[in-house]
Amino acid sequence: MFPQPIAKASFGVNISYRIALPVSIVLWLLPLMAVMATSVRSLADINAGNYWGLPTEWNFVENYTMVFTSTPMAQYMFNSLLITLPSVAGAVALSTLAGFALAKYQFKSNVWLFAMFIGGNFVPFQILMIPVRDLTIQLGIYDTHWALIMFHIAFQTGFCTLFMRNFIVGLPSELIEAARVEGVSEFKIFWFIVLPLVRPALAALSVLVFTFIWNDFFWALVLVQSDEVRPVTAGLSALRGQWLASWQLISAGAIVAALPPVALFFMMQRHFIAGLTLGATKG
Amino acid sequence: MNITGNSQALSNSRAWISKKSDFRISKKAAPWIFLLPALVIFTIYVVYPILDSIWLSFFQWDGIGEKTWVGLDNYSQLLGSKEFRTALINNVIWLVLFMLAPPLGLMIALFLNQQVYGIRMVKALFFFPFVISQVVVGLVFSWFYDPSFGLLNIVISWFGGDSVSILANEQYVTYGIVAAGLWPQIAYCMILYLTGLNNLDPEQLEAARLDGSRGLKMLWYVVLPQLKPATFIAIVVTVIGALRSFDLVATMTAGGPWGSSTVLAYMMYEESIFNYRMGFGASVAVVLFLIMDIYIAYFLWRMIRSEK
Repeated sequence: MFPQPIAKASFGVNISYRIALPVSIVLWLLPLMAVMATSVRSLADINAGNYWGLPTEWNFVENYTMVFTSTPMAQYMFNSLLITLPSVAGAVALSTLAGFALAKYQFKSNVWLFAMFIGGNFVPFQILMIPVRDLTIQLGIYDTHWALIMFHIAFQTGFCTLFMRNFIVGLPSELIEAARVEGVSEFKIFWFIVLPLVRPALAALSVLVFTFIWNDFFWALVLVQSDEVRPVTAGLSALRGQWLASWQLISAGAIVAALPPVALFFMMQRHFIAGLTLGATKG
Repeated sequence: MNITGNSQALSNSRAWISKKSDFRISKKAAPWIFLLPALVIFTIYVVYPILDSIWLSFFQWDGIGEKTWVGLDNYSQLLGSKEFRTALINNVIWLVLFMLAPPLGLMIALFLNQQVYGIRMVKALFFFPFVISQVVVGLVFSWFYDPSFGLLNIVISWFGGDSVSILANEQYVTYGIVAAGLWPQIAYCMILYLTGLNNLDPEQLEAARLDGSRGLKMLWYVVLPQLKPATFIAIVVTVIGALRSFDLVATMTAGGPWGSSTVLAYMMYEESIFNYRMGFGASVAVVLFLIMDIYIAYFLWRMIRSEK
């Protein structure tokens, strides 16, 4: 282990390390805590400039209820879910098939196709913007949930294929070969042998891609515009212009918008980190 | 009757068998069938738009009417554009300062790589900024920088300084946004390094320790070489993150004040969506794409080399 385990150090070092940990967290998350604290203040406090003292009254319930009753926040959250869930399912499904093909079959253009998926995943969004927007309009799905779902499936397929291919490459080929010798069809090999083995990777990938798509802001600006379809990132940004002085509501809204990916992260922490770092240990 | 009936049944079952074997795809065709859906959608939404954008950058187009071929006009306009120069310089600032993320992430990872009670929670909380949307990060930092009540100015006033409005100051604004961008980026690099540190070879560490190696020297000569894959990924994602910077610029300043915090990604969006100059916008996107290509090509080259 590096650095040396702290347990081997002196008592004093141990104590100061344990004190340093919470202090560093507070410093690291200070900007966020400020917003959290503001989200429970009353308007009176904000107007009086009481941003940092104890709130004169705790308006937790009032502020958070108001976010849902006097703004379309609930609609935005629902839109985000309606866009994110099918996108995740679509991208993961397509890329599991593609990843299997690239990992376990040898053919000439294999490496180049793989490179195409990886390269596409790194391109700046702006180079896609105008044609994708035109395409979306031509397909008649501009300003609908489908506009975002289709794009996210396509774009995330790049990253997901990279991920699934690298995971499936590590699975034993003997199993697949043995099944083939037995005369099992290629589809059945995929369905009954590969799919059960990639289940942990599917979980990791889904969690990760969920946050990517949930947090997307650029495409939410470019491909939709009405409140009925806008996801929460673009919604929050629009609301900010409308409630200029009501910082307590904007803060509460921001916390609400951040909640689903954060909750998912804390519930599935291991999967999440495994997904994020799959490329970091080999590559 | 009986005979014909039998042969009927026989040919039926033959048809069924052959149908079944038709359905059974060959090993050669199988990968293409598995790849097909992903390839089709990826080509339509990613590969073709790249080519189309490049093509579009040679035209003048308001997004609705006729496209007029203007050759390299958009690009020569770019060269003379003050906004483009600002955006380019800002992108360089982003790129250079973002390079702080890997070393800072490594420092935090080294600090947290211990086994004490509650450390998992601590690591998770440090990683937190990466999980939340950049729109929220932008909001959090706008709040943090606010000249009248923001925490930053309260701290500055403790030290007797005058309050500064970071986001309204042409000189500081880009640095202010980059600092906000570094927050989640450092968290990302930290998690990459924590995983790397977990996979260190304990025998090498022991051997180095027996040789009397410790501290910074050990970090440099023994640990860092083993962290190379993590460093590589950290640098790649950081470069890409720096060049992709859009969300924070859009939420914190919308490129302002007076265009001083714009970056190529934001300039492209502004020109095309607000000014209806699609061809010109496309040329900005192409420049950004070309810059990014250097890194993409390097990454792919390394990857293909390691595959072979």
